[in-house]
Order: sequence, then C-alpha cells, then structure tokens
Amino acid sequence: MLAKRIIPCLDCKDGRVVKGIQFVNLRDAGDPAELAEMYNREGADELVMLDISASREGRDTLMETVNRVARKLFIPLTVGGGVRTIEDARRLLTAGSDKVSLNTAAVLHPELVHELAERFGSQAIVVAIDARRPKAVGGDATSPLQPAAKDSGGGPPWKVVIYAGTQETELEAVEWARQVESLGAGEILLTSMDTDGTQAGFDCELTATVSRAVHIPVIASGGAGRLEHFADVFLRGAADAALAASIFHYGQHTIRSLKESLRGRGIPVRL
Amino acid sequence: MIALLDYGAGNVGSVLKAVRYLGFPAEVVSDPPQLLAAEKIILPGQGHFGNMLKALAAKGALDALRQALAAGKPYLGICLGLQALYEGSEEAPEIAGLGIVPGRVRRFEGIFKVPHIGWNQLVIRPGSTLFRGVAEDSFVYYCHSYYAPVTEETAARTEYGSPFAAAIEDGPIWAVQFHPEKSGEVGLQVLRNFLES
Repeated sequence: MLAKRIIPCLDCKDGRVVKGIQFVNLRDAGDPAELAEMYNREGADELVMLDISASREGRDTLMETVNRVARKLFIPLTVGGGVRTIEDARRLLTAGSDKVSLNTAAVLHPELVHELAERFGSQAIVVAIDARRPKAVGGDATSPLQPAAKDSGGGPPWKVVIYAGTQETELEAVEWARQVESLGAGEILLTSMDTDGTQAGFDCELTATVSRAVHIPVIASGGAGRLEHFADVFLRGAADAALAASIFHYGQHTIRSLKESLRGRGIPVRL
Repeated sequence: MIALLDYGAGNVGSVLKAVRYLGFPAEVVSDPPQLLAAEKIILPGQGHFGNMLKALAAKGALDALRQALAAGKPYLGICLGLQALYEGSEEAPEIAGLGIVPGRVRRFEGIFKVPHIGWNQLVIRPGSTLFRGVAEDSFVYYCHSYYAPVTEETAARTEYGSPFAAAIEDGPIWAVQFHPEKSGEVGLQVLRNFLES
C-alpha cells in the first residue's frame, strides 16, 4: 500500500540549519548534512531543505550544502528558496537535489513552472503554495481548526501569499493549485500561514480542499505540534504527505515514534 | 566497468553516486563502442517513453543496447529503463519498445492521484536474485504515471489500483520500476545484488 510520507524540513541560512540546534547527540547540530543523516537513519521518507539566505554568498554556500547533504543520502531531496530561473533549478538539480520547490517565482511567472516541467520532468518540480484565510469583515478570521469540509468546492476562499508570507495576492489558493497542476507541477507543498508556527495542528480544511481539487500529491505543512496532528491531516485533511520542522528538530518526537503511532491508527507508513 | 547509459534526460547523476558509494567503478556513457565495451549496463530512465527511445536511437545507442542484450550482457533498467523492455507504451503509441518482455505499458486509470509518487510495497517472487536480502513487503520509492503489466518475467509486483510489474528478472536482464537510488537501504541492496551478480 502507498505509504503516507513524513518529511522533515531543514531551514538553512548561509549553510547552517537555523532551527534544531538543540540536538545534543550530534557533533555539529547546525550542520545540514549531519541532521539529514540523522533523519535518514530515523526513517524520514524524504527531506526538504529551504534556503532563507538573502545574500549571493549565502546562495553559493547553498550549492555546496546541497552537494554535501546529497552525497550520502539515498532518499529524495527537495530544495527550495529563491528559485527564480531555469538556471537556478539546473544548478540545484546538478548539485544533487532531486526536486526543486518554487513559490513566489511561480506566482509572478507561472510559465516558469511549465518550462521547468518540460525541461526536467514534472517529478522534479514542486510548487509551494502559502495560503491564508482572509480576515472576515468586522470580525476574526475563521478558525483554522474547524472540521474539514466534506465538499471539495467548499471552504473559505484562501488567498495565496508570497514573499515568505509578507504579501497577499488576489490569487485564490484552490484555483492556483489547479493551475499549477495543469502547468506541470508534480507535487504541491501547501503551507497554511494561519497555522504555521502555532504548533496547534495542520489546517485540515485547507489541505482537504486542495488535495481533493487536484490529482497530484499534496504535502501538508504548517502547525504540527503533537503526534495526533499528523493522523488528523492524513485522515481528515486527505494529505499525501506531511512536512514539519520544529516538532522533530527540538527532539519532542522522533520520526519513528510518530510512524508507530500512525500505524496504530491504521495509517499506512514505511517503518 | 559499469556503464550508465545517458541519453540526456535521465537521473544519471544520482544513480552514479549510489553505484560509486557501493564501491563499484562506473562511468556515464552515451556512445555505442563504450556501451559494448562495458561489463554491465544500467539504464536509468526518467521522463517520456518516446523521447527516451528516440534519443537513444539517434545516438545509435539503441542498436548497441539490443546487441549487448542479445549477447547476454547484464542489464539493469530503472523506471523507463524497465518500460523500454516491453513492446510499447501508451505514452508514445507510435514508438516501438525493445520487445524483450511481452505486453504494453499503460497509464494508471481509475485511481485519483497520478503520478504514483511515494513509497509502496513489494510482493517478491520466491527465489529472486535481484531481491536477495530484501524482506517481503519492503517499501521502495516510486514516481511514475505509466505501469508495466505483470508477466512471467515479473520478479516483484506492487499494487496501485491494480498490481503492476515492480521488477523484471529475465536471465541477465533485470529491471525495476522504482528508484533504487532513492529507496534507502532496500534500494542500495537491490543495486548491490546487481553489481555483485
């Protein structure tokens, strides 16, 4: 049976992991290659590296980092952050990344998704979508933690946000997801900007709505804080994979213990 | 020397990395004489069935490959490298495959999520050499929209909607639909079995 995937995410800046430095059993806990190896041993199904370096020097370090991480890693590796051109993607894929993830550049230049898919194959192209519920007029935003919509067309009109969540667009997230599928994206990495960083659980309603609107796999992201949150996003959120950073980095839970708990709930996982 | 047959669009780099990690000398080759001189051939395919066969034919590598296979040279096909062994594919109906295994490659139908991406399980044929040391029900990493039918040559199958050929073992001709270079320890064991055979 096709397993639900668990994907740890390494946020990197200038060649260092910027979260997850609390591991005491690593020689150099800020080293992406060391963390990657540890997650691989623990049973991660894939790895995602997001580069948040702003400078050109930081970007050049990224290529070295990707190369070093990929050298001993025999599970899929996705790298994202600042991919703007075919040349950016080519460099990352050559350095050892299996997939590249693009976010803001895809919104600004949708044809880039198509060109990349034509050039490198859809399997290598992940489009990251950051979505946020619009603030209700005269009230609070709808709670992100309400039960999943049964109807795939339902749910609030989530908007796509770009530039690391700082700028809202007029794009409707579900519609954008359908569009990137038709442009040739192989997978969608969907982050709820409402739940991201809260550790209060994934946005299952958003995830289910997008996952049921497209035929490509959807990786849910944003909000993982407890083991039950993962079961929720697979069962109610119809996610194909779940991505998290802090919950693993700070050693609250290991990937193995998470997978054991999921298996206990009848969710197929690779153990 | 192990020849990794490159036709310009495959995932040759990651397979090369895995083979070298296992301690075997390997080179990326694309011209017929190098291919014929190799001890073993790996074809890591990715992309479009028709494009791959056309690219191989244009370089003269397809004829060289036929020749090598007819001479009994050990072969490991990966992903499209498995599909190429069949008679043809729905992905490019006008292009003939190598026709070593009977049947045609088809697109997944009646299943919601295509491509089939992620880790899925193997049902291994008893006595398989390709899967020596690999436990039944092991997970391997897949990424494909087209699948090959189960035949006598099938060494393992996987279920996605219906069962399909996860691997082929036909004398010295071996092939896998999954990506051994991305399938962790299980994948490395499969590669090791081929390299040590």
